[in-house]
Amino acid sequence: MIVPYNHVLILAGILFLMGMFCATARRNLIMIVVGLEIMLNAASVAFIGAALRWQHMEGQAIVLFIFAVAATEVSVGLALIVSAYRRTGSVDPGMFK
Amino acid sequence: MTFYTILFYILAALIIVTTGLAITRRNMVHTIVYLVFSFFGSAMLFYLLGAPLLAALEVIIYAGAIMILFLFIIMMLKEEAPESRLFPFRQWLPATLLGFAYLVLGSLLVVSADPETGEPLQIATASPAMFGEYLFRTHWLAIEIASLLLLIALVGALRLGRFDESESRKAEDAS
Repeated sequence: MIVPYNHVLILAGILFLMGMFCATARRNLIMIVVGLEIMLNAASVAFIGAALRWQHMEGQAIVLFIFAVAATEVSVGLALIVSAYRRTGSVDPGMFK
Repeated sequence: MTFYTILFYILAALIIVTTGLAITRRNMVHTIVYLVFSFFGSAMLFYLLGAPLLAALEVIIYAGAIMILFLFIIMMLKEEAPESRLFPFRQWLPATLLGFAYLVLGSLLVVSADPETGEPLQIATASPAMFGEYLFRTHWLAIEIASLLLLIALVGALRLGRFDESESRKAEDAS
């Protein structure tokens, strides 16, 4: 007996909201990518809880693919940030018109 | 209330506190270090919820590879102090308020919807061997597509990160 699935979902929701705050409010390109990572992690938490709730490994398989997408997204995103930094000399999203 | 329940709540509190600290730090290196702690907490949560292989992968991929990649990029870029840490209030406040409204609504829905989801989860573990066999039996095509996606990311990162010679020549001509 661990906890009801509800509590896992609420934890994932709070984490997702934190990631959304980080991605929308912080004035820094790197923090936007960090926020995306937090949101993907929140989704993984919800999926793992669902996999346990229904005793089915499908949820865990989806989490593995979330890892692959997160790795892809972060490598391309950081390369984009470096290329944008070379052009403008700043990581402030307000500088890109 | 069993031992596992207490463990879950401690882990959840740790994850939320470290993530909250991470997203409010001014120094980005501190952000990344707090996030590593947050992902360690998530890994332990995955283990508690019966996914030992994914817990190991979370430590290796998220806390290891991705966060170190962030650290490298932060070290590459020149340290600068932007005049304001946040965007103007009116720009992000609506988005965050709406997100908060969705969180409250979702929590209410989750708490009240299905009486069956209110039952505590049973302890169960998917052993790595079982999980791997299941994965390659039913999702082999998706695995191939994921590997292709990683290859495309490699090519894209190389293309984006390459120093553009024609552009630097143009800059030199201009100066």
